[in-house]
Amino acid sequence: MDPAFVVIQALNGLASASSLFITACGLTLVFGVTRIVNFAHGSLYMIGAYTAATLVPWLLQFSFGPVTFWVGIFAAAFVVGLIGVLIEVLLLRRIYGAPELFQLLATFGVVLVAQDLVVQVFGPQDILGPRAPGLRAPVEILGRRFPSYELVLIAAGPVVLGLIWLLLRRTRFGVLVRAATQDREMVASLGVNQAVLFTGTLFLGAFLAGLGGALQIPRVAANTGMDLSIIAESFVVTVVGGMGSVPGAFLAAIIIGQLQAFGILIFPKGTLVVVFLLMAVVLAIRPNGLFGRPEIVGGTHAIGIASRTPRSWHKAAALVVLGALACLPLVADAYLLKVATEILIFGLFAFSLQLLIGVGGLVSFGHAAFFGLGAYGAALGVKWLSVPMEAALPLSVLLAAAGAALIGAFLVRLSGIYLAMMTLAAAQILYAVAFQWVDVTGGDNGIIGVWPPDWANGQTRYYLLTLGLTALAGLLVRTVIDAPFGYSLRAARDSEPRAEAIGLNIRRHRWRTFILSGATAGLAGGIYAFSRGSVDPSLLGIPTSVDALTMLLLGGIQTIAGPLVGAGVLHALRDQIMPLTSLWRLLLGLSIIAMVLIFPRGLVGTIAAWREARS
Amino acid sequence: MAKISTVRWMALGLALALGAPVVQAQQAPIKLGELNSYARWAAFTVPYRNGWQLALDEINAKGGVLGRKLEVVSREDGATTGDATRVADELVTREGVSLLFGSFLSNVGVAMADYANQKKIVYVAAEPLTDAITMAQGNRYTFRIRPNNYMQVGMLVDQAKASGAKRWAIVAPNYEYGQSAAQVFKRLIQERVPGAQVVAEQYPALGKIEAGATVSALEQAKPDGIFNVLFGPDLTQFVREGNTRGLFEDKTVLSLLTGEPEWLLPLKDEVPEGWTVTGYPWDEITDPKHKAFVDAYRAKFNDTPRLGSLLGYTVLHMIRDTIERAGSVETDALVKALADAKFDTVIGPITMRGIDHQATMGAWVGKLVLKGANGGMTDWTYLDGTSFLPTEAEVKAVRKD
Repeated sequence: MDPAFVVIQALNGLASASSLFITACGLTLVFGVTRIVNFAHGSLYMIGAYTAATLVPWLLQFSFGPVTFWVGIFAAAFVVGLIGVLIEVLLLRRIYGAPELFQLLATFGVVLVAQDLVVQVFGPQDILGPRAPGLRAPVEILGRRFPSYELVLIAAGPVVLGLIWLLLRRTRFGVLVRAATQDREMVASLGVNQAVLFTGTLFLGAFLAGLGGALQIPRVAANTGMDLSIIAESFVVTVVGGMGSVPGAFLAAIIIGQLQAFGILIFPKGTLVVVFLLMAVVLAIRPNGLFGRPEIVGGTHAIGIASRTPRSWHKAAALVVLGALACLPLVADAYLLKVATEILIFGLFAFSLQLLIGVGGLVSFGHAAFFGLGAYGAALGVKWLSVPMEAALPLSVLLAAAGAALIGAFLVRLSGIYLAMMTLAAAQILYAVAFQWVDVTGGDNGIIGVWPPDWANGQTRYYLLTLGLTALAGLLVRTVIDAPFGYSLRAARDSEPRAEAIGLNIRRHRWRTFILSGATAGLAGGIYAFSRGSVDPSLLGIPTSVDALTMLLLGGIQTIAGPLVGAGVLHALRDQIMPLTSLWRLLLGLSIIAMVLIFPRGLVGTIAAWREARS
Repeated sequence: MAKISTVRWMALGLALALGAPVVQAQQAPIKLGELNSYARWAAFTVPYRNGWQLALDEINAKGGVLGRKLEVVSREDGATTGDATRVADELVTREGVSLLFGSFLSNVGVAMADYANQKKIVYVAAEPLTDAITMAQGNRYTFRIRPNNYMQVGMLVDQAKASGAKRWAIVAPNYEYGQSAAQVFKRLIQERVPGAQVVAEQYPALGKIEAGATVSALEQAKPDGIFNVLFGPDLTQFVREGNTRGLFEDKTVLSLLTGEPEWLLPLKDEVPEGWTVTGYPWDEITDPKHKAFVDAYRAKFNDTPRLGSLLGYTVLHMIRDTIERAGSVETDALVKALADAKFDTVIGPITMRGIDHQATMGAWVGKLVLKGANGGMTDWTYLDGTSFLPTEAEVKAVRKD
């Protein structure tokens, strides 16, 4: 290979790495102090890019020159820093003690709100910023032209690293940040003003995210998808580098930048997969990342279904509901049946997540992986093996179960926030595979023509089929929850050492839970594929995982019926509200935040608590 | 008694006589279902929506069609295949629309064609350009208005013959549209330019281009011709990096759609001059009917038209003509009225070919040039689609129906 080309490609990689490092560095600092993985960090990056792409051209009108350009970039980052402060004061401050699941969900609520607000404020168009004055001309490197702005970017990474190092080593604020990263409780007991410390850290983190976004504007158009793509990459950087470690983030960002620059040559269609595979490999060898320290994770944060005595009327009520649902086609029109079919499918999907979170205490942020695997299992069966639905549905269950067995084998060693991030990474790997392995999965095109056979075609028939399958699967999962297996899972969830002490093999139990939950979600995914006639990578995306979590949260995480009710309410609302407004994500995001803050028990849980209080 | 009865009868007669026009005027409007990526691809779709709204107002001001007003129920298709077919299902089963039109991305268009075939409802693909919609995935219910990839690439390749470029590099977004365009380019350049070969291919994911790395990878192959299928933000980033690194100097560049104002305006003064493109030089078209459309559009929206505006305007007028000729909104009647139908539009006559449901709308082909602060087209001609259609034998070989 031409050495000049290798050098240029390496420089390309370094330029991408710089911006990634600056952003991820903010994420890792915030996590170190607050112990919250801030999903909204990607949104802050996006807001930084949009603000700079709007602000800088406006400033350049008044005085064209490099000074104006850089003032605009830093002003945009400063604005984002202030937004970070706002988020800390209004939201994060209230959830520092909440379970990880709620923290992640609440910050994801901010992501949804930001997505709609950005469109409202900046318009739906992608905005490419102006070129930096004075840096338009390329420089000649080994006989090739290279943009001079990229050289500035390459320098920006180490400069930020140096400044952060000085800040952490030479200032009182830095000392406090490091102390809080090591032991938050101790810092609190020594009388440090935590509010100022946390708000300051959030400002710094958000400022860095905004700076990372603002620096991108001459080379990347500000667009509405950049929040989720940068947050996924930043997660990889922080996890690979070790949570809370700034030098680790720097090293990881450089590795990832180079992987992407050279990956495009060797493996032109698989760059996304390579990045997440790196994360899986690093975590397999060094579970705490390159520079991470072992995390002390207590089991105190587990929430879920409590042990309870089954009542006779529960069974009768379930039968009545089932009977009423079976009679629905007598009164409902085709569209209502379509919605009902989808509610049943999402209900089963959320129920399978309940098994993992509510019973097993395994907080999964990537449950879409199994739903999507099921859907793709069915679609691939139809496309490549030409099998009918009768054979494709078992295929979807099998593929999802196999995927869960593989992913679960890696994950059962982890817990808490690491588990949540690894499940997210696993789902993102699958998303990348579905998105980039075009020859098999069709990539962005997805797979079409996944229709049920004649005997199940038509809204009524397909509804009844869905009802039968979901009821059977739901019953099976319920039986498992109440079986000794379910009890041992709950024991492990509530107190791992005690469960181990009485001789339970926790990892094996959890692994089996992953498989059962994955298979159930896979069945839901398979039924879903046939109800829509097509599959596409969005089924494996982060929003699908969050949908399931929202249903769980809405219905109530501590109850059996919660996810089913949550699926019904959320999907019915979405169906009614979405055609009316373009602000659906804003509403959903605000509702998620409100649920976390105001009624974390969910609908069913609140009703149950109210009944108990009365009796 | 009899007297009262007579009065009653007269009253009834009067009421009927007076009431009849009221009843007619209140006859339910014809509902058309429309879906497009208004959030994700606003640069194209918002002008497109303006276009069909302008046409809708004109049609309804003239009394609609078949004595009924037209009503367009418009939805966001989410720019994904699954969301689009879900929304289509809602339009058909809840809103009870008579036909569907719209969609932007080619993969969504293919999924919609499959949906139309499954549910037996007419779908007019306005924008999606992949050949599949009228070729391999074509079906009885799916119709396409714009010239497909085969036609537009054919127009460009004919222009490229004189350039003498033999070593070609391809850059295309990695989804249905880009894949289809790259495939047909590879075929046509080898058929029509003797000795031509493709030396490099880059397929960045749609909306996720790493422009610097892509440009250096293309540079590395030392091509003397580049075929570009990128559009939107990907294109803007690609052009900027390519200009900086001198990728386009002394090279023949063929580029699909880049002359359309929706993709040209964001390039501002960085327009790569000399590219041979398909596009829409709206301000230089002198035909009076087209001028009237431009004037009406500018008056109503206080904005210049994009190609999407023209398309939305033309498509709704064609749908109106179809319904009038079909005499009803039954699917079978609509399908029959569309096949081999001739339409008179602001850009001239368009025929909907019966064998593959591909319309003969053409495209403007010319070279990019910087005009003041923005880009435009020069040396352009309008090429009618008729002579660029795939042959009937080709169509028959791949269509399944």
